[in-house]
Amino acid sequence: MSAPQKAKAGAEKIAVTVSAVVPVTEYVTRFEFTRTDGADFPPFSGGAHTVVSMEDGDRTRLNPYSLMSDPTDLSHYAISVRREDNGRGGSAFMHSQVAPGDAMTITCPVNLFGLDWRAKKHIFFAGGIGITPFLAMIGQLEQTNGNWELHYAARTAENAAYADMLLEKFPTKVHVYYSGQGVRIPLESLLTGQPLGTHAYVCGPAGLIELLRDTAKGLGWPDSNVHSEEFLAPAPGAPFEVRLCKSDKSVTVGEHESLLEAMEREGVDAPFLCRGGSCGQCETNVVSADGDFIHRDHWLDDDDRASGKKIMPCVSRFIGTTLELDR
Amino acid sequence: MTIQFNDETFRDDYSFHNSEWAIKRFPFPFHEDSYMYAMNAEQHRGGPEGSVYENRFDVDEHYVSEMQDRAKVLADDPLRCQSLPHMTLAGWDLLELIMVSKSEDYPDLFELHRDGDQWRWVNKPLGIDDTFTFLDESTLPYGPMEYITRQSQGDFALLDQRENNLWMDAGMITTQADWSLDFDIGMNFFEWHAPVPMANEMGIFKRALKFLLNIPQGSPGRRLNWTMTVNPLLDTSPENYHKWGIQKTTLTPDNIGAKQHLRVELQTFYRLPRSNALAFPIRCYLCSFQDLMTMPKWGRRLHRVVRDLPEELATYKGFIDNRPMMIDYLSKFDDGLPTSPGIFPEPETEPPLKT
Repeated sequence: MSAPQKAKAGAEKIAVTVSAVVPVTEYVTRFEFTRTDGADFPPFSGGAHTVVSMEDGDRTRLNPYSLMSDPTDLSHYAISVRREDNGRGGSAFMHSQVAPGDAMTITCPVNLFGLDWRAKKHIFFAGGIGITPFLAMIGQLEQTNGNWELHYAARTAENAAYADMLLEKFPTKVHVYYSGQGVRIPLESLLTGQPLGTHAYVCGPAGLIELLRDTAKGLGWPDSNVHSEEFLAPAPGAPFEVRLCKSDKSVTVGEHESLLEAMEREGVDAPFLCRGGSCGQCETNVVSADGDFIHRDHWLDDDDRASGKKIMPCVSRFIGTTLELDR
Repeated sequence: MTIQFNDETFRDDYSFHNSEWAIKRFPFPFHEDSYMYAMNAEQHRGGPEGSVYENRFDVDEHYVSEMQDRAKVLADDPLRCQSLPHMTLAGWDLLELIMVSKSEDYPDLFELHRDGDQWRWVNKPLGIDDTFTFLDESTLPYGPMEYITRQSQGDFALLDQRENNLWMDAGMITTQADWSLDFDIGMNFFEWHAPVPMANEMGIFKRALKFLLNIPQGSPGRRLNWTMTVNPLLDTSPENYHKWGIQKTTLTPDNIGAKQHLRVELQTFYRLPRSNALAFPIRCYLCSFQDLMTMPKWGRRLHRVVRDLPEELATYKGFIDNRPMMIDYLSKFDDGLPTSPGIFPEPETEPPLKT
């Protein structure tokens, strides 16, 4: 085709104004946005996330957060951010720097954790801040009288964001478990005896996801009926050098930045969508490497990893002498 | 511009015809003098004024007649339109996408008035003025996908996305290049593409699937695909192969210019917001060889592409037997001059045929 228009990396951007900053618990704050142009937001599906751009000095931080507002109300979007004091600084920036009236940019919704519309019943398992995608899923299912129930684990009642609201609105569908009181979600008994056609969804710490998947497998659940979402934040690591062949640049990836962020810092328009190792969009071919990859994504399969020919720069790193990428 | 709708048929007497305007904007699918499979997708965000790329859903002079042909196909074979039970929400998504796009892009032809979930849809070319409740199927005469695709040119597949794959779980398929929704319904991306030669070995489908899975909301894509059709038939379905397949044997050196049509699909891809399904509209454009030859660039190029196409592809696209006759005809329009890059005909700058 003539003059193909190359897409810029990432989903379509939306200019927004922060309309409210609402503390929810000691650690969790809700940020509400309206569109700067005054229009309604695009419709979205429960489980979708948006990537929020944060202008932090001379650095642009791009963090994905689940949309947790009601999908039937498009006058605003909302996210809830847990402050990670040992994190890379994005959540701390949101908590300390963002105030009502601020102009920000977010992306159009992207859903890597959608409802399976074939399900006869949806059973949700949330751990901590993993509650957020389920709030939007519940909103969407309530609109169509969908069959769902939620099992929500938090440390204490004070830490359980939105638990009071959920228990009040849906007293028969919502169950909350406090680990501080030694109460765990009884996964095995909950997953046993569900009607045929039930789909299970889990969002939260890696341990909960793994435990639920293992328990479901042990009980004979098909993999296709178990859905999970774990946003990986890029982990810090030793700095390393990378040669970007197409861009003709050499870049040093710093201790606290990801390979993707280092490329972006150097002005390389590298593709991405989720920035959490799930979507596969940033997959990059390795031209040559002398060293070891630290693969942290959920995308590459064992063969890809064994080949040494692929890396997901949003979350994965490298230790060695030389790394050349086809980017 | 105001569109003059043709009164024409795609069967029996084949009165289908392209105006000069329609020929000039025909989406010629070859950007260079040869062809091989490629995903070749680009963003679907408008294009040159008057081109088929300009609007999200192109409406042209064939609109009303194409919709009449679709109604006939459906009356004979209701299974051309199917939607598995979990795809109703995707159908509403598609209805919203088409209604919003057409009312914005063609305000003289289509109107959408929304008051909460009370919607009024006015389709002037087809004489429709309906009021309904969004997301309430009981307020429409058909399911939402069938309702809106009876009013939209081109086929529509709605693909559910799950397990890192796409599933052909709903569609309105009456203008297809020899594939069957009734056969493919419920299949995944690799299953429904299994008959295509060479592409799988080339790794095309794995890459194409990855691209499609990651089409984000708000960033639609498009590509062109093509085949050959004898007579301007919209419905070249496997179900009716006994009716149209035989027509391929009626081609003669005298009638080939009028009878042989290049069939081009403008395929677009949209992420649907509420269902997270993928809409895959497949819009069919037909142009006779003799009309294509009015553009010197296309004459030169089509000859070279057809002549040099690998045998597997000519077989798969169903014209291997007629290829020698096609090359004979087309060679008269190829004087060996170079062609300019890109698909557009450039009639002002491309040199006329040397005789």
